[in-house]
Amino acid sequence: MSDPILRLEGVQTDIAQYHILQGVDLDVPRGKVTMLLGRNGVGKTTTLRTIMGHWRAKAGRITFDGADITARPTPAIARSGIGFVPENMGIFGDLTVEENMVLAAVSGRIDPARRDWIFEAFPPLRTFWKGPAGTLSGGQKQMLSIARAMIEERKLYLIDEPTKGLAPAIVTTMARALRELKEAGASILLVEQNFAVARALGDLVAVMDDGRVIWTGEMAELAGDAGLQERLMGLSMEGGH
Amino acid sequence: MIATLLSGDAPRSRVLSVLLLVVLVCLALAPFLFPGTRSLDTAARICVFILLVASYDLLLGYGGIVSFAHTMFFGMGAYGVALSCEFLGRSWGALAFGIGAGIVAAIATAFLIGLFSLRVRAIFFAMITLAVASAVAVLVSQLSQITGGEDGLNYQIPRALTPAFKFMEEPVFGVRMNGKLLNYYVVFVGALVGVLFLLRVVNSPFGRVLQAIRENDFRAEAIGYRVVQYRVAATCLSAAIAAFAGALYAIWLRYVGPSTVLSMEIMLDILLMVVIGGMGTIYGAVLGATLFVVAQNYLQELMGLAEGAFEGLPLLPALLSPDRWLLWLGLLFILSVYFFPTGIVGRLRDGR
Amino acid sequence: MSLAPDHAPTMARKGLAERLAPWAPVLLVPVMVLLGYLAIPATSSWLTLTVSGLAMGMMIFIMASGMTLVFGLMDVINFGHGAFVSIGAFVGVSVLIWLGGMAGAPSLVLNLLAMGAAAIAAMVVTGGVGWAFEKVIVKPVYGAHLKQILVTMGGLIVIEQLIVVIWGPEEIFIRRPETLQGGLTFAGAAIEKYRLLAVGVGLVLFLAMRFVLRRTKIGLIVRAGVENGEMVEALGYRLRLVFVGVFIAGSALAGLGGVMWGMYQELITAHMGQEVMILIFIVVIIGGLGSVEGCFIGALLVGLLQNYIAFLEPKVALISNIGLMVAILMWRPMGMIPVVKAK
Repeated sequence: MSDPILRLEGVQTDIAQYHILQGVDLDVPRGKVTMLLGRNGVGKTTTLRTIMGHWRAKAGRITFDGADITARPTPAIARSGIGFVPENMGIFGDLTVEENMVLAAVSGRIDPARRDWIFEAFPPLRTFWKGPAGTLSGGQKQMLSIARAMIEERKLYLIDEPTKGLAPAIVTTMARALRELKEAGASILLVEQNFAVARALGDLVAVMDDGRVIWTGEMAELAGDAGLQERLMGLSMEGGH
Repeated sequence: MIATLLSGDAPRSRVLSVLLLVVLVCLALAPFLFPGTRSLDTAARICVFILLVASYDLLLGYGGIVSFAHTMFFGMGAYGVALSCEFLGRSWGALAFGIGAGIVAAIATAFLIGLFSLRVRAIFFAMITLAVASAVAVLVSQLSQITGGEDGLNYQIPRALTPAFKFMEEPVFGVRMNGKLLNYYVVFVGALVGVLFLLRVVNSPFGRVLQAIRENDFRAEAIGYRVVQYRVAATCLSAAIAAFAGALYAIWLRYVGPSTVLSMEIMLDILLMVVIGGMGTIYGAVLGATLFVVAQNYLQELMGLAEGAFEGLPLLPALLSPDRWLLWLGLLFILSVYFFPTGIVGRLRDGR
Repeated sequence: MSLAPDHAPTMARKGLAERLAPWAPVLLVPVMVLLGYLAIPATSSWLTLTVSGLAMGMMIFIMASGMTLVFGLMDVINFGHGAFVSIGAFVGVSVLIWLGGMAGAPSLVLNLLAMGAAAIAAMVVTGGVGWAFEKVIVKPVYGAHLKQILVTMGGLIVIEQLIVVIWGPEEIFIRRPETLQGGLTFAGAAIEKYRLLAVGVGLVLFLAMRFVLRRTKIGLIVRAGVENGEMVEALGYRLRLVFVGVFIAGSALAGLGGVMWGMYQELITAHMGQEVMILIFIVVIIGGLGSVEGCFIGALLVGLLQNYIAFLEPKVALISNIGLMVAILMWRPMGMIPVVKAK
């Protein structure tokens, strides 16, 4: 296999006086979905935010598409081809849905074909296209947040808990859209607490605990071994929430 | 004994202790060490400003709150004494009433402003205090029938505090034993007690919580401290002591006017004194105020000399004119905040 | 059955009230004008006062708009903003004096050209000073409010003192250009021409600003940045550059406001910036820190109220603005149009 699209080597991140990441090693291969799993508070979100440069790594190296991006400013990291869906969704509520999407398209133009694809995946966005994003429901905001990352083809998608707190019907919509993205050959690093969704989408798995990646492997391997799941994450097949 | 007086908050630096001791001795014996009206005026002014700046330090250094209304509270104390002596006549009762009224007015105003602004965002406080303080300053100069407007007020204080009163016929060490001397010691003791009280406050549990809030208000709130209440309380306390300092100043000067107790310039002086001395130490206020008042008296003369020396050159004389000393203070202020944020006291403690 | 129709109007009314809530601040301006009409006995005086209140409000808005955006975008509170007002006034007035021939000629075109030249010179200089101010004074203290307040206040003092060094300590009296002096009479009310000009310029600027903020990509970035700067960066935009741009534009607008304010007062002093800062703060707070629309409405309210009260009860005029601020903060503690931060 070719070199990974993203590689983290010994990445350490402090937030205030707390050592959150204590040496994360992680490879995200091209054209696959890598799930980042683990209990709450083990550093999954911090890992994504460190990749984006929102937090600065105090040690270690982050390589994206062959280039060292560890010290690059956030906008440069984003422009090198990463679509980011943050944990809090990062919707601009004062702007319309359309304006949110226009901002996300770095070229400044929305490709109509891609827009139609998004409309098909997330019908509410078509309905509220000209409306203020602040009035969308929680699920619709999450759709917008993912749609924003998808509006242009990115080399890598970083998606933080896309199904958090959503109704089951919307979780299904979300999972279907992510599957389509995956089938289009995208490279994705996905943080997910819902193991059912994770199992359905993931090719590879990295499990974090206590600021480190403690296990990596094939999704199939983890999915088939309830004991391993129990040991790694304290969750079972029926798990998630 | 000393530790108790200082509330266990020792200077923690030998040089600092010596400096503080020198200031204390000089002020305590000022009438005997530095005879002359101007020197005694300077000493009294230093006492008043030490207390004023220390009370500001409680807010800025310990509470992390920027206020631009500190001169307003100072002025309230001063005008309290002035108005009461003006309208209630020359008596101890009027004097006491004036001090009390000024302090109560300051606390009430501080409480209202604090409630309105600190409840929402701490930065509102800086903006709102600036707006209110300037409005009050304008009001004071407009209500000239009561406050004397820009001219201010001259009034009578009890005779025992004026030079006309002699309690010993013979001078001691060449110093006349008159009411002026008593007046000075009223100011000195008032300031000393005030500063020791502030030391007690900042070293109490209240002071510690205040510092915790300054460091991280979010966490303090999460631990269960009511951040707004603590901040409002600090504001009121600081205002009360500022008003007390204002009352002392009014007793000493027997005159109040907008430019001596209310102007924005005094507010800037206070800021500078607390930053140069060292925020959040109380001792910084002592050194900052002393240094600043002394410099203020002599720096302008020095600048006048420098202006003369560069006469004929373009721009330089204009920059060095004694009237431009605020320019240099402003620069000094910015540089202090950047490069010297812990002030003199911080430096001395680091370097011990 | 009447059940459904009975039900429907209640729903509609509730919806209407909810939909009206965001517009309530906008309605305050006509309400204020109406209150003025009721309180002021003569209609002609009311008209005169309303126009001058609007003129004053427009000028305050021009001066305050930059400050509110700068805060919204980077959480930077600039106590030195008033310095740009003073600089603008001094530069603009110097240009007008220099162009005395054009300003003194009895030709509207020449007069407006002179005013335009003064305005442009003031904006260029204040924009440049703003750029330097951001780099030297503000940038080192990002994220630290306490230091920001102290340092920018220091900057204000230094700039004011430098103005005195350059232009001398005396206040400067200035005559408005020939054809902008005096007034018109309309429905028995005397209306100064200059105030009409100020209202016009303010309105045009507000509409232009709204257009930029609503219809251009850079405007979208600014609005998005006010709400969630981190996400704007994660989409690939360099917020810092945008911020510097807004800071420069805001300084230039403050400079423009300074020229207009100076010509309005026909008198400029080095500390005029510090004086209008008080009004700017009040406007920015009651409008909602970070909101341009709120700032506009707040400025008009302050301008109108100050003029009405100055007519009715002159001594209370300055306190009236504090009263207005207290009233609005009691109603909406975050200001009329609160800016929701995503963090």
